[in-house]
Amino acid sequence: MSLWKQKRFISNAVGLAALALSAVVGTSVSAEEAKTQYVPLATFRVGAYASSGIPVWAGEIDYFRYINEVEGGINGIKLVWDECETNWEVEKGVECYERVKAGKNGSPVPIFLPHGDPISKALTEKSVADKIPLVTIAYGRTEAIDGRVFPYSFPVVFSFWSEASSAVNFIAEKVGGKDKLKGLKIATVYHDSPYGKETQVPLAHLAKTYGFEDIQIPVPHPGNEQSAQWAKIRQLKPDWVFLRGWGVMTPVAIKTAAKVGFPVDHIIGGIWSGSEEDVRPAGAVGKGYLAITPFPAGANFEIHQKLKKYILDKGLSDLKDLKSFGSVYYNSGVDEAIIAVEAIRTAQAHFGVRPINGEEAQWGLEHLDLSEKRLAEIGATGLQQPLKLSAKDHEGGGAGKVLQWDGEKWNVVSNGWVKSDRDLLLPLIYERAAAYAREKGITPRDATN
Amino acid sequence: MSAIGTETIEGFGPSGETAQNTRDRLRAGSVGVLLAALASIPLVANDYWLNAVLIPFLIMSLTALGLNLLMGYAGQASLGSGGFMSVGAYATYNLLLRLPELPLPVSLLLGGIISGLVGIIAGLPSLRIKGFYLVASTLATQFLLEWLFNQYGWFSNYSTSSSISAPRLAFLGHDLSSPTGRYLLTLATVVVVTAVAARLVRSQTGRTWMAIRDMDTAASVIGIPVSAGKLKAFFVSSLVIGIAGALWAFAYLGTVDARSFNLDRSFQVMFAIIIGGMGSIRGNFLGAAFMIFLPILLDHLGSGVFGGTVDPGQLENFQKALFGALIVWFLIKEPRGLAALLSRAWTQLVSRINR
Amino acid sequence: MSFFIETLVGGLLAGVMYSLVAIGFVLVFKASGVFNFAQGSMVLCAALTFVTLHDKGIDFWLAALITLAVMVLIAIAVERVVLRPLVNRPQITLFMATLGVSFVIEGLAQIVMGASVHELDLGIVDTPIEIGGVQVSQFDLVAAGTAGILVVALSIFFNKTRVGIALRAIADDPQAALSIGIRLQTLWQVVWGVAGFVSLVAGLLWGARQGVQFALTLVVLKALPVLIIGGFTSITGAIVGGLIVGAGDSLAEIYLGSLLGGSVSTWFSYVLAVAFLLVRPAGLFGEAPIERI
Repeated sequence: MSLWKQKRFISNAVGLAALALSAVVGTSVSAEEAKTQYVPLATFRVGAYASSGIPVWAGEIDYFRYINEVEGGINGIKLVWDECETNWEVEKGVECYERVKAGKNGSPVPIFLPHGDPISKALTEKSVADKIPLVTIAYGRTEAIDGRVFPYSFPVVFSFWSEASSAVNFIAEKVGGKDKLKGLKIATVYHDSPYGKETQVPLAHLAKTYGFEDIQIPVPHPGNEQSAQWAKIRQLKPDWVFLRGWGVMTPVAIKTAAKVGFPVDHIIGGIWSGSEEDVRPAGAVGKGYLAITPFPAGANFEIHQKLKKYILDKGLSDLKDLKSFGSVYYNSGVDEAIIAVEAIRTAQAHFGVRPINGEEAQWGLEHLDLSEKRLAEIGATGLQQPLKLSAKDHEGGGAGKVLQWDGEKWNVVSNGWVKSDRDLLLPLIYERAAAYAREKGITPRDATN
Repeated sequence: MSAIGTETIEGFGPSGETAQNTRDRLRAGSVGVLLAALASIPLVANDYWLNAVLIPFLIMSLTALGLNLLMGYAGQASLGSGGFMSVGAYATYNLLLRLPELPLPVSLLLGGIISGLVGIIAGLPSLRIKGFYLVASTLATQFLLEWLFNQYGWFSNYSTSSSISAPRLAFLGHDLSSPTGRYLLTLATVVVVTAVAARLVRSQTGRTWMAIRDMDTAASVIGIPVSAGKLKAFFVSSLVIGIAGALWAFAYLGTVDARSFNLDRSFQVMFAIIIGGMGSIRGNFLGAAFMIFLPILLDHLGSGVFGGTVDPGQLENFQKALFGALIVWFLIKEPRGLAALLSRAWTQLVSRINR
Repeated sequence: MSFFIETLVGGLLAGVMYSLVAIGFVLVFKASGVFNFAQGSMVLCAALTFVTLHDKGIDFWLAALITLAVMVLIAIAVERVVLRPLVNRPQITLFMATLGVSFVIEGLAQIVMGASVHELDLGIVDTPIEIGGVQVSQFDLVAAGTAGILVVALSIFFNKTRVGIALRAIADDPQAALSIGIRLQTLWQVVWGVAGFVSLVAGLLWGARQGVQFALTLVVLKALPVLIIGGFTSITGAIVGGLIVGAGDSLAEIYLGSLLGGSVSTWFSYVLAVAFLLVRPAGLFGEAPIERI
């Protein structure tokens, strides 16, 4: 490099750094009293899981746009959002969280959606210090259901424990009652990660309660080769397989199951193994595959008709591939947006109609009550289960629907929402939360306020 | 045979007694100014800068230093850095948890030593395998360690998620949990370890390493203890990387599981030293700055300039491609890394002033 | 016993899939001494290009041909822009440069073709068949057959054609080869082009197995121990290494996994590879040990 080039390089570098600095500082400058509500979105559009994420953000952004365009915001407070790329990595997720936590243009952050199980776990303590609630829909730490110990973590709707229990209850529904579970063999094929292991404890407990045999078969990350695991399935001959995958693991599991001749209609996928993106790559052999989910697929819910009319048909949708409208992941985004909006609305009713901060949104979440009536008003009947949160219960719902893939689309095959045995499992969850509190020296909050 | 590090530290200006003295004084002076500046950063920086930019930068520099001792000075390449970071993190966690009476620096050091011992075992193949095959064999360490901490609950005190969180960070009665506290803890550790390492590479040990790097066979012929030297390099390197891993877990992220220390982390560290400059202490900081600042910079620029107008997915992919291209560009343009670039710029500056 | 044999056979057939990826590495390493980590991205890029074209209704063979052209163009670009300026640099620098290249390929491929998951149906029926009481996957048999044909084709290419012989000359003695007028750069482009073709084959078969998606890039992680065991320079080594890794992983997952708690296949093949290295530092079929790095 010649001297001239070097100088140019250095001056370029200085210029770039200055530009970056202004970009960073620019976000924290607070203007006059904000009239908008900032909702940061941590997204992953790059990397191994981008295909799962893209429809989620679309559902979320489309619903936010709908709120702004049609309802004029939440009680007149319009939503603004921006994205921060996490790659589904903890480090980048933390960077995003730190970047957005101070709010934008004077509007505070009411809720942070980490969109990633490891990221949500890394932020557990930071969020308490910053008083920003983490809302993790159908993922995140199960013990955080106990809001007395985890005031700012909200694993709402369907925790992994509820997922496992509902799957077992669906099998009971199929075989004709919980008493018929006795003697059955249920094998859980799971992604060997903290997320995957999360259901071991509840399944062991349920197996003891109902008398079925609990078999656990780990699949190492990323799960693109599973011949050994399915050879084992062929040897053990379980009656049902509960498949808890993530990313590429699910289609490979379905394909390999077909290869060893295990009936695909006796595999129940978990929440993150139950999307179009999971079964489509498996091709024809995926026909008949089941999945339990809190986000039933379908574009016929009332809210979808509104979204279609006001957002999609006007070309405002964030979806690039309109085929994904009403897919499991798109609907999960809509669900997530509904919960965020309703929590803000609840907080506004208590604190006043203005942009809500994290502490107020935490109150809003703990007093969130999505009744059948409210869901009907939103147009989400059947899409979202009734949800009532409290300080002692940050989950609320705890039920899922079971879908079956017919080669083209998902159809609901369970009798509505399959409830989990929350009464049976909650004491265990509280016990674990208490143990966490002891290790961390946390004094649990009084749950009466 | 030149091994990895054909790149040795480039001197500033002409050699000779007086020049040497001036140079040392100049160097000491600039290091002092730099330290003062770094220590006073918390006065002006906000949480974002500390938590998301500076702390990871300092820890990445320390990790790079660890790998550079092994690779840049002793000529033994390794892709096991992520694994050693995890040993340091989990060992320190268990020390803090099970022996709470130990002061924080002692726990950190012991965690590092445990990582160093694991490093010796991982380094055993280096006595027989060389070059790229050695790199490949360190991958076994990387994957084995990642598996170990994910598989056995004991290491994470049977936490449901196999993740570990920082117990209260405190030293001499001061709570270090605030961003400033964690930053200063990181800075102090990095300064102390870097100072020790800088002395070490100039000592007999450092000369032994460089002899092994530059002429493995010849070194053993003239009586340099090659095997012991290699293992010592693995020990010291893993020790430093282990301390960095503990900081990564507790001073930076707060809660981690083994996946934070996966192969991508090992690659990141190796990029840092190759781009920064092998066999250079300064190079570690420059390379870490490149690896940590550049993606964040691109991201801010991207969202600042194009935010809202370009599809975010396209923008993110473009940033990724651009980052890759910049890495390749630097590798092509600057064989000896940013450290050499800086030295040259400095020499030119000095000669200009003298003229 | 039949369970053992089934696990073994399943593992061996899976191993062939690893070999397919490993062959691409071997070709490039033999010709240019580069451990090309971008091979995984090339597999992804090939599969993604093919499936995007095929989804648009383009005929199988035409789509394959266009994809091959794209892969060759990428190969030439990488050779010109990256490898040529980096010639004579330490091996580890070249390796890291290919890692940078993989970011570029992945980023650009997804900008052009998006990040969605695609199904890839090659029309191979995948119902299990029984051979002597052992259940075998038809798909895996086809994959193994393809790998076999590929190896035969490549050995004909290397042993009978002018280019192939020139390549071997380069590998044996670069100085002598250059002095008799063999053009190194053209050859590198040819080899990278052939590696592109191998990526296409690997991409199609892997894509049909798991869907065409980003995770295809992760197949390199399994190809690495294959290479260490088989040696970086031997195609036969890649096949044998693949079989050893495939069978080893499967059996370890079943028998060792039940003792240690599962997922042992994430590291087993690497530890096996180190064991092989300690006995034979250049791999089973590798040539002269690599001193420089």
